[in-house]
Amino acid sequence: MKAIETFQLPTAAKVNYINAEYGLKSWLLTRDHKRIALLYLGSISFFFFLGGLYAMFIRLELLTPQGDLLSSATYNKVFTQHGIIMVFFFLIPSIPATLGNFLVPMMIGAKDLAFPRINLLSWYIYLLGGLITIYALLAGGVDTGWTFYAPYSTTFSNSYVIAAGLGIFVSGFSSILTGLNFIVTIHTMRAPGMTWFRLPLFIWAHYATSLVMVLGTPVIAITILLLAFERLAHVGIFDPAAGGDPVLFQHLFWFYSHPAVYIMVLPSMGVVSELIANFSRKNIFGYKFVAFSSLAIAVFGFLVWGHHLFVASQSVYAGLIFSFLSFAVAIPSAIKVFNWTATLYKGSISYDTPMLYALGFIGLFTIGGMTGLFLASLAFDVHVSDTYFIVAHFHYIMVGGALFGYLGGLHYWWPKISGRMYPEGWGRFSALVIFVGFNLTFLPQFVAGYLGMPRRYHAYPPEFQVFNVLSSAGASILGFGLLIPAIYLVWSMRYGKHAEANPWHLPGLEWRTPSPPPTENFLVTPVVTWEAYEFAPPEEMQVVGRLRDEAVSTE
Amino acid sequence: MQTSWIPFIPESASTVSSKVDALYFYLSGVTLFFTLLISGVIVFFVIKYRRRNPFEIPRPISGSHKLETLWSVIPFIIAMSMFVWGAQIYFENSRPPKNANEIYVVGKQWMWKIQHSTGQREINELHIPLGRKIKLIMTAEDTIHDFFIPAFRIKADVLPGKYTTQWFEATKAGTYHLFCAEYCGMNHSGMIGSVIVMQPSEFDNWLSGNAGQQSPAVAGQQLYQSLGCITCHGANGEGGRGPTLVGLFGRKVDLINGQSLTADEAYVRESIENPQAKIVAGFGPIMPTFQGQVTPEQLIQLMSFIKSLQVTGAPAATAPNPKLIPSPAPSAAPNRQ
Repeated sequence: MKAIETFQLPTAAKVNYINAEYGLKSWLLTRDHKRIALLYLGSISFFFFLGGLYAMFIRLELLTPQGDLLSSATYNKVFTQHGIIMVFFFLIPSIPATLGNFLVPMMIGAKDLAFPRINLLSWYIYLLGGLITIYALLAGGVDTGWTFYAPYSTTFSNSYVIAAGLGIFVSGFSSILTGLNFIVTIHTMRAPGMTWFRLPLFIWAHYATSLVMVLGTPVIAITILLLAFERLAHVGIFDPAAGGDPVLFQHLFWFYSHPAVYIMVLPSMGVVSELIANFSRKNIFGYKFVAFSSLAIAVFGFLVWGHHLFVASQSVYAGLIFSFLSFAVAIPSAIKVFNWTATLYKGSISYDTPMLYALGFIGLFTIGGMTGLFLASLAFDVHVSDTYFIVAHFHYIMVGGALFGYLGGLHYWWPKISGRMYPEGWGRFSALVIFVGFNLTFLPQFVAGYLGMPRRYHAYPPEFQVFNVLSSAGASILGFGLLIPAIYLVWSMRYGKHAEANPWHLPGLEWRTPSPPPTENFLVTPVVTWEAYEFAPPEEMQVVGRLRDEAVSTE
Repeated sequence: MQTSWIPFIPESASTVSSKVDALYFYLSGVTLFFTLLISGVIVFFVIKYRRRNPFEIPRPISGSHKLETLWSVIPFIIAMSMFVWGAQIYFENSRPPKNANEIYVVGKQWMWKIQHSTGQREINELHIPLGRKIKLIMTAEDTIHDFFIPAFRIKADVLPGKYTTQWFEATKAGTYHLFCAEYCGMNHSGMIGSVIVMQPSEFDNWLSGNAGQQSPAVAGQQLYQSLGCITCHGANGEGGRGPTLVGLFGRKVDLINGQSLTADEAYVRESIENPQAKIVAGFGPIMPTFQGQVTPEQLIQLMSFIKSLQVTGAPAATAPNPKLIPSPAPSAAPNRQ
């Protein structure tokens, strides 16, 4: 019998994690991973909006070649703060802290994360880091670029470098705690029958991400600490005038910040694996290859930081090795793309909004990943490093990759999270607008970059204007597209259609409990007897339908 | 390779630029192929296997080791071809040719100061002759900058307290962009200039038109005397209580700790600023530090002077060393050494 069992009682739908308790205190002191996920959702949405505002000023300034809208000093702060906020306060926590927090326990059949109090602590730490950073912005801002390169940041910048660094330093601990919590939870709290190879790929991706968070984040903490020492006391670690080496800073910085790219994109790959399998009703093609490729990316990701230093006076031989390893880390990503594509073969593919984001992700991630190969190629990188080619490449990974996965996942699990359906028509429409706007924004930047336009330029030679105008036009479409889900998701919380327990008819554990789920997630401990993505076979498809009815009626 | 007809390619004006363009076409071709292949297959599958019945469950397919091997090995081979191609050009460019003319570049917030080995100084402009190999020796006075000439497809960071080099040979006369490509503070986007590639004869005229300025080697000799180097290293660098400086660059130096190294700009700079770091075998640690007493530009002048000390022993700087002056025709160029 391959029928889908439901672990719920008829009364479950009435009391859920949202209405179980009322009042501000019940939220601010909650230990429920689902409520903490919502706290995170609120805070990262605020930072995303703020980072987007800075992006808008960048694109407005670059409409014309002259630096006319903002002063140079202001422009430098605007692009720095756009980067800091988007990277450290939106992208890094985005999927793990919201969708991961909500779903890791649910997908493995646990009642909560292993350390619920630490989970709440991680949100407060994140918030503290965020507030310190906002203080830095309000006090006068920071102008070092999000990369904080020494000796500019240690000696020459007259801005709030230490405050901004402290914000990142503090928020890093929230990332470490989240990673730690996930690792322990996945190891120790899987439901009976939920073996490692029955785990949804979302969990594998979060496991790999957590390893990077726990092992990599301390390095950025140390780097920022050294930077602060150097700036305050001139101890001579990075400043050549005092016998230091500014390139050492770059090594330390990228030793974390390159793996941090995988913190941003691995969870997104996990989401896309879920979406591709579930919306084509197929088990994922090559499950183990996709699962292990996440781990391979996490491990190799630590060995490629030197590709950020090809023109930074690094030795030629180090350049050769880092180039080789950077090509090697592309292979696990390629394996994922091919397996996702093969999963579609002979599937039953629906065109729901989450699936549109997943398909968009594959296309954009392919371009982002392939242009990564351009940059791993030494002689090519020499020409385009620090140009708009780099800017375009990493936005394809971070927006086309990480953000598309996040939006796809948010729509996919929205019925579970909020208990309401989002408006499907608006969902599809905005997904298309975002896709078009994104490409129009960043494709022209590849061209401008190869033509030689350097990044972080407040004013630029007029021959690059056409590409910047296209890019700014695209950015306004992208910004408009992103406002649509912001509006209808909020709207749907009150006015959306009530969601069934399993609106997409899927086998995953999170769908076998009411929407929104009760505080304990499952009223009965689930016993897993099926493989990941094991859909009921065609001859039993009525069973799926009947069980769906059962889910909302009686047990 | 003639590429001027292809859109969106920057001007190609050096011996390297066409090689980088060829690599670019290969990379773009492969990317275009895979992007079209994957999106094509996805669009085809998404249309062909669209959901026709809300409850249909397709037959599961678990995977194929053959396919996994295929799509791991083929991308790996393609990636390796990109690696080898890119590495080859990079490796070739990493070694400046021996007979290149040296030009000194100092970056500071927010200007480029350039000095030719014959003494001509320029700011934010670099005049160079067509078809001659040029080696830039670069350092920064404050923070990190980056000397980027898109038309030549070259760039390299310019660091404080360190010397980096890059070289090129221009293949087309004209005026090209010079950008600072490493963010360096407020006026970063104003730290730009032009590279003017001239016919060799015009260039020689330009050089003589700007003559009369002291060459870095002569200035270096004056510093050598005024700083008192002369007392230990000898009037002509022949040595005394300190080791000889004649023919120092490129020579193997044995140190007192038993190690040895090849003398280069970094070593000479360190020996001036921190003389105790590496003591030459047979000499005592008696040299005082000159840290903070010589500017990066003066360091360059001292090095230029030391480079001008040839084995013949004559302080070449009194009469400018012929090898430092770009010769009118390559055939008449005197041999190095």
